[in-house]
Amino acid sequence: MSTTSLPSQAAFEPASRASGAALGDDRLWRWLTFSPALGLMVLLTALPLANLFVSSFQDILWSGGQAVRSNAGLAHYAALPSDALFRAGLSNTFVFALSAVSGQMVLGLLLALLCSKVTRGRVLYRAIFILPILIPGIVIGAIWKLMLNFDFGLVNQTLGLIGIAPHDWLGASETALLSVVLVDIWHWTPFCFLLFLAGIESLPQDVFEAARIDGATAWQEFRFVTLPLLVPTLIVTFAFRLVLAFKVFDEVYLLTSGGPGTSTEVVSFTLYQRFFTEDRIGYGSAMSVAVIFIVSLLLVVALSARKRSDAVA
Amino acid sequence: MSSVAVQRLRSALVHAVLIGFALLIAVPVIWTVAAGFRTQISLLMGDLFFTPVFFNFGEVLFSKTSDFLVNYRNSLIVGITSTVLCLVVATLAAWSLHRMRWPRWIPNIFLAWTLIFHMIPPVALASAWYTMARTVGLDNTFTGLILAHTTLNLPMAIWLMSVFVRDVPKELEEAALLDGASTPVLLRHVVLPIIAPGLAATAILTFVFSWNEFAVALTLTMKQTATVPVAIAKFAQDFEILYTQMAASAALSILPALLLLLIAQRYIVKGLTQGAVK
Repeated sequence: MSTTSLPSQAAFEPASRASGAALGDDRLWRWLTFSPALGLMVLLTALPLANLFVSSFQDILWSGGQAVRSNAGLAHYAALPSDALFRAGLSNTFVFALSAVSGQMVLGLLLALLCSKVTRGRVLYRAIFILPILIPGIVIGAIWKLMLNFDFGLVNQTLGLIGIAPHDWLGASETALLSVVLVDIWHWTPFCFLLFLAGIESLPQDVFEAARIDGATAWQEFRFVTLPLLVPTLIVTFAFRLVLAFKVFDEVYLLTSGGPGTSTEVVSFTLYQRFFTEDRIGYGSAMSVAVIFIVSLLLVVALSARKRSDAVA
Repeated sequence: MSSVAVQRLRSALVHAVLIGFALLIAVPVIWTVAAGFRTQISLLMGDLFFTPVFFNFGEVLFSKTSDFLVNYRNSLIVGITSTVLCLVVATLAAWSLHRMRWPRWIPNIFLAWTLIFHMIPPVALASAWYTMARTVGLDNTFTGLILAHTTLNLPMAIWLMSVFVRDVPKELEEAALLDGASTPVLLRHVVLPIIAPGLAATAILTFVFSWNEFAVALTLTMKQTATVPVAIAKFAQDFEILYTQMAASAALSILPALLLLLIAQRYIVKGLTQGAVK
């Protein structure tokens, strides 16, 4: 899943006191309306995660459609730190997420600023920029696998026009991770752009008029008016894109499958290999729990950044 | 230079940069779609101009070894069903959490949990779902994948619908109650018409994300139930050198998104930005 939307402020200000009348008093319907969502979340998120947690202390074999479990204690967790693939996956994922999201932020902001300056063609630009968000990650992998092909890919062809020798972008370990990062920047810059553009469009206009009357240059207007006002949007977008970039799987699966060597091994892919390819369910569960723990840490950082940015705003 | 000329020059520069970026985004997609209309030889030769052929699309859609039409149908079944389910569940929950008198901690904890769940890598979940689905016999069924996609998209749908539900004037709901409307009547005749545009925006995004989802579909489906992304990944790995057919199947798989972008850009933008801005 590459779900993008950020949780809104509104979603986290629930249950404002109902005023007057009987709104909100219908006990039966209060439960009828809430229980399907509650049921799904309990059955399909809480229960599986509990199951995952239990499995992480066990060895599991499938026999005749039934799981045969035996106790493994803490052995799986003890084995994690020395798993070379897992370590490569973790460090690559951090490098990938940080560099890709930074690139997306800078380019997205630049595009949003430029787009907010034009009146003609804004809708058309936006339509084109949105396109990558709507394409399946796996197809983005396919598109760039063709684009970056050594023999006939458009990238090498174009570089050839200006006299640069063809390069095996995905096959060489020095450029494989870089290529994956660039593909992700291509994929998600549009999303940052869209949020920033919406942020800019919702800024109060009178500050800009005041700045213009005071004779501010375009740079001063950006540096001292737009940028400070956008800081909350920027921080929140950065934090949440970072956590979501941590999930990367689809593009890597098709572009490089973690290779060459471990140069593009990312954590989701390691998880997939251990759990599904090697069928090590107990060990894979332990790795899942570890990854979820790391993501939760990131989330705590993200939420405190959000709180701080709310305080700024 | 007069100030009008400076203004013109600046605007031209801005447009030039924007067009440059638009090309960076559009060209890879166009080039890949075009590759679907080429012969393998023409692609390998790298000719700029070529006579379009429909061979690749024919092979992808109708050859005996290809299941692409089945995959397309599967993706539609899973996408549409999970979208409808997700919208009903999310809208009811959003309305309930924001308009019914719950003790504060219930919505707070529930919404925090949706946020945490949204951040967990799908592969980690896929492993848990796989074990569960296999135990109760739902692996390799549409039901399993539909439930999984509904759950995956539920957090986003609830956040979005929360925004739209809160836009419904409270006075209107209270007036309806005073007139003796029951809760179902209130939902159907007062709330629903007002949130309809928001529902459309949420529906489009939910469908697109279900259509695009790969990791969970990969683990919960087999040959008969595989969705389009799973099929493309398999094709790319099994027949790595059939480049033009890979391009053709990529082109076919982005058709729904392109159609939605053409007819409903407004709703897509609304859905993608609403949660963040409000």
